[in-house]
Amino acid sequence: MNHAAYSALETTLAAPVITQGPPDIDYGLLSPMLVIFAAGVLGVLAEAFVPRARRRVTQLVLALGAVLLAFVLTVSLVGALPADGAGIVVAFATVAVDRPTLFLQGTILVLALASLLLIAEHGQEESSFAAQAAAVPGSEEEREHVLAGSQHTEVYPLVLFALLGMLLFPAANDFLTMFIALEVMSLPLYLLCGLARRRRLFSQEAAVKYFLLGAFSSAFFLFGIALVYGYAGSVNFADVAEAVAGGGAGVIANGEPLLLAGIALAGVGLLFKVGAVPFHNWKPDVYQGAPTPITALMASCTLVAAFGALLRVFYVPFGGSVWEWRPMMWVVAILTMVAAAVIAVTQRDIKRLLAYSSVVHAGFILTAVIAASPEGLAGAMFYLAAYGFTTVGAFAVVTLVRSREGGGEAGDLTQWAGLGRTSPVLAGALGLFLLAFAGIPLTSGFIGKFAVFEAAVAAGATPLVVIGVLSSAVTAFFYVRIIVLMFFAEPAEEGPRVLRPGGPTGVVIAVGVAATVFLGVYPGPVLDTMLPQPAEAEVAGEAPTDMFAR
Amino acid sequence: MTEILAAEPHAVTAAAEGAILANAWLLIAFPLAGAAILLLGGRRTNGWGHWLAIAMSLAGFAWAVLALVQLLGLAPQERSRSAHVYEWFSVGAFTVDVNLLIDPLSITFALLITGVGSLIHIYSVGYMAHDENRRRFFAYLNLFVAAMLVLVLADNYALLFLGWEGVGLASYLLIGFWQHKPSAAVAAKKAFLINRVGDMGLLIAIMLMFATFGTLSFAPVAEAAGDAGRGVITAIGLLLLLGACGKSAQLPLQAWLLDAMEGPTPVSALIHAATMVTAGVYLIVRSGPIFEAAPYAQLVVAAVGAATLLAGAIIGCAKDDIKKALAGSTMSQIGYMTLAAGLGPIGYAAAIAHLVTHGFFKAGLFLGAGSVMHGMNDQVDMRRYGALRKAMPITFATFGLGYLAIIGFPFLSGWWTKEGIIEAAFAFGGVTGQILGWATLIGAGLTAFYMSRVMFMTFFGTARWDDGVHPHESPKSMTVPMIVLALGSVFLGAILVFGYRFAHFLEPVVGAPEHHEFSLAHMLTSWPSLTALALMVAGVAFAWARYGRAEVPRTAPAGNPITVAARNELYGNALNEALFMRPGQRLTAAAVAFDDTAVDGVVRGVAEGVRQSSQGLRQTQTGFARSYALTMVFGAAVVVATMLGVGVA
Repeated sequence: MNHAAYSALETTLAAPVITQGPPDIDYGLLSPMLVIFAAGVLGVLAEAFVPRARRRVTQLVLALGAVLLAFVLTVSLVGALPADGAGIVVAFATVAVDRPTLFLQGTILVLALASLLLIAEHGQEESSFAAQAAAVPGSEEEREHVLAGSQHTEVYPLVLFALLGMLLFPAANDFLTMFIALEVMSLPLYLLCGLARRRRLFSQEAAVKYFLLGAFSSAFFLFGIALVYGYAGSVNFADVAEAVAGGGAGVIANGEPLLLAGIALAGVGLLFKVGAVPFHNWKPDVYQGAPTPITALMASCTLVAAFGALLRVFYVPFGGSVWEWRPMMWVVAILTMVAAAVIAVTQRDIKRLLAYSSVVHAGFILTAVIAASPEGLAGAMFYLAAYGFTTVGAFAVVTLVRSREGGGEAGDLTQWAGLGRTSPVLAGALGLFLLAFAGIPLTSGFIGKFAVFEAAVAAGATPLVVIGVLSSAVTAFFYVRIIVLMFFAEPAEEGPRVLRPGGPTGVVIAVGVAATVFLGVYPGPVLDTMLPQPAEAEVAGEAPTDMFAR
Repeated sequence: MTEILAAEPHAVTAAAEGAILANAWLLIAFPLAGAAILLLGGRRTNGWGHWLAIAMSLAGFAWAVLALVQLLGLAPQERSRSAHVYEWFSVGAFTVDVNLLIDPLSITFALLITGVGSLIHIYSVGYMAHDENRRRFFAYLNLFVAAMLVLVLADNYALLFLGWEGVGLASYLLIGFWQHKPSAAVAAKKAFLINRVGDMGLLIAIMLMFATFGTLSFAPVAEAAGDAGRGVITAIGLLLLLGACGKSAQLPLQAWLLDAMEGPTPVSALIHAATMVTAGVYLIVRSGPIFEAAPYAQLVVAAVGAATLLAGAIIGCAKDDIKKALAGSTMSQIGYMTLAAGLGPIGYAAAIAHLVTHGFFKAGLFLGAGSVMHGMNDQVDMRRYGALRKAMPITFATFGLGYLAIIGFPFLSGWWTKEGIIEAAFAFGGVTGQILGWATLIGAGLTAFYMSRVMFMTFFGTARWDDGVHPHESPKSMTVPMIVLALGSVFLGAILVFGYRFAHFLEPVVGAPEHHEFSLAHMLTSWPSLTALALMVAGVAFAWARYGRAEVPRTAPAGNPITVAARNELYGNALNEALFMRPGQRLTAAAVAFDDTAVDGVVRGVAEGVRQSSQGLRQTQTGFARSYALTMVFGAAVVVATMLGVGVA
């Protein structure tokens, strides 16, 4: 970065403070994030001062209470949005509070609540987390901690910090805030991935991989930001949008390649987070290695947050160059839908299979991103909510099916044979989730797929939808194969032990089933809250960017 | 009739309607809620679950009665009401609504389903008293009632299909309810598979309809049916018939019904006699305008009905298992209805009227059979019965009234409605009318014979009981529903048919055929009526000679070839095996051989291709962070190159 650019950046960042006197931050609109942040900080203090015996309860109450409070605040903020215009930009235009933000934040908070319940579950067996993460796997020290019944209560503040990043990520209104949100979200997740109780080395390997590749992708993202800044002279989304609309006038001559490369590289960083092919390699390894409750958190909340950020970046600052980024997105979406579906066919481990399934679903959502229309935005957001609930429920089921030897989760699919005979309710719930993944009518998955594909067709991306439908057919094959395996195969000789769902896990599965059925049978209320009313859309001229605050 | 169906069903707003009609969804919601509570509530609901199920079913019945009252308060041509339930989803310009249609036809079915359904719920309390899974049984019964109501109240083929699959599921679950019996599990699977064939027909018909008409709602489809191409509409008609054959156990998809008797007897009464198996008749009557436009398909409907009515009756003559004899009879009676439905508007009202009375007397007969089995330690072989009329007087009386109704004893329910079908068949005219008419007459004679055989072998003659069997009358919870159904078997036919009351009620839906004024004298003195009466008397007399007066052997005699064929269900299973299963297997074997020897078959090739590429692509997932990073660099290069390439171009 040359000196001129650097000082310009400095001016941009410093300007509001100097010209407006004391900072005027609308704390009310930021309150959900502030609550989560405060709870995280309190959690750290609790680690230091609360006696060991009462630590877990304290942390649990703190975390669940904070998430609930944040959710209530988020819902109450909907009423605070101005009737005209999309929303409000606060805190020196670094955060946008608008309908997409609030919907995504609300979704993330509910899904986080479900994930927290899974994390808290330790009713009948020991929890999913290592007794002492710092101990060398297999060492005497580790054994001592296991025997002493130690518990990693740091999990809760870490989840809260990650959650803070997730809430900020789709709300960020400039690239630097977004980058900070990305890191705030990712760093705790790297740690959390390494905390699995069983197969410690495997889990630690996953954490290291996730960290290395995450850092790598952050570098791409940051480089992309720098190029865009070079083009637009600002990191603020509205300013960048203006510069893109004006062809970069006034900042740099012939800067088009800067912008294009910037979009590409910033896009790589975001596509990594959503796990699109060819930036998906981390997903199966990390999903498999991480403790399953953390996998549930990543598969639901992180995906929602990452797609929220992706939608905002490609619709607001880069909204003016839709024709330039669309072909690139086409390539990525096709690669994602085809490659991931094909690889998933030969998977033998349930968690890896769900990871690839998550990659394919990211491909489906990308078709809605490509639509670049209000319908696309609404379809993508509905899909995220629907998929989030289903996937949390599916991972909750995974935590309950344990292999006979060692008591770890029975990941291998051969162990799941005949589960429908031995545990019909659990297998029935998983069957429903798989049907929703496959997009069978009367489940939320069908409505979600219909919404994103309809948006894509309306935007002229019919070939993409044809590929999407074919890819759905391939994925339906392996989902139904699991159902057949569970219900029509003879139970395995050394079948798994199926734990009776304790309170928290049972609640999560029930909520997953209820949401999957409800959003499939009666999606109207949720779909309608995301779409602008017809009159508004007319005034807004059908531009998706008008749904975002600037 | 198309005009009436098309009379702006959506124009009526909920506000203008009575609350009962507008909230018709509650009718479905009651039993559905019951099923959900019982299934989700688990063992906690064991104590009171069956009462809840009965209450939910009765609530549905009450709602249906109120809806009928409200409907009757409207002018006849206004009795087709569409109740908007909710908008399923609306994406872009595409909106899917869930609407219910309340009209004389659907309300008739709703009353039959909830009315007879409630009686059978009550009966099951006693019948299933000692079954440890009674709660689950009642949950499935409620589920069935809800699905069946969706089927008949739907205002479009898509929703109808949902209910169609729903009753199929409930039927599957209930046939296989006693899963510990391998025969029950096999029967459930068989019913499931054969029904898949029919369902596939219905599904393709629905797709064809959507492709042809662009809509699936009954009213617009009915309106446009006449304009569609002859070939398309005939194909739709034949495919609908295939669907109807599967659900209603008509030839050639009849083989599952006799095996389905493995289910608990209340299930046989409700699902496999009174309601679900008549769904095919409902489908054909509801799709009347399509069949009007496809006379060939309509003729096939009548032919299938005639063939099934005779085949079912012949099978019924030879079965010693009381439930299977009754199942053959069900096939045969539904054959009557299908035949009538294939006659067009002159037959629709007759078909539905017979369907309703049949629902009563056949349910009564099955409940009676269940009561006999209850008293005979679950023995089903009629050769081990005999002389039960003294031991079980109430069962004897109610069964007897049902028996008289089904054989067409004058002035009982069955006589009124069966006469309607016989008359309609002859009124159809031409050689076809004569053939169909004589089929119904021969059927009437056969019915009298096989039903008398059941009656005499069970309640008359000498006691041929097994050792240690002490027949006794069943508890009140079982006899009361039987008495109510017996009353229906006696009076319902007269109530419906006298003055063509029911036909006039259905007119807004099925159209008004040209028919003469109602005349009891004509009904009694026309030659088909007299012939039917004579054949009935002959049938009863022949049965009395063979099974009433003569001693019935405890084991079945060898019998002549016809008896043997009938015992083997006219080789229906062998036919299925020879026609479908073995050629299918051979075809599969040939296809596999072709696959292996010649070029890989396309299907296998694609599947194998996917698998191969999957194996290949899996190699990229090495587990090494360094190679993942390399993939990312490669991906980033592609992304940047695409962006720059597009930008430059």
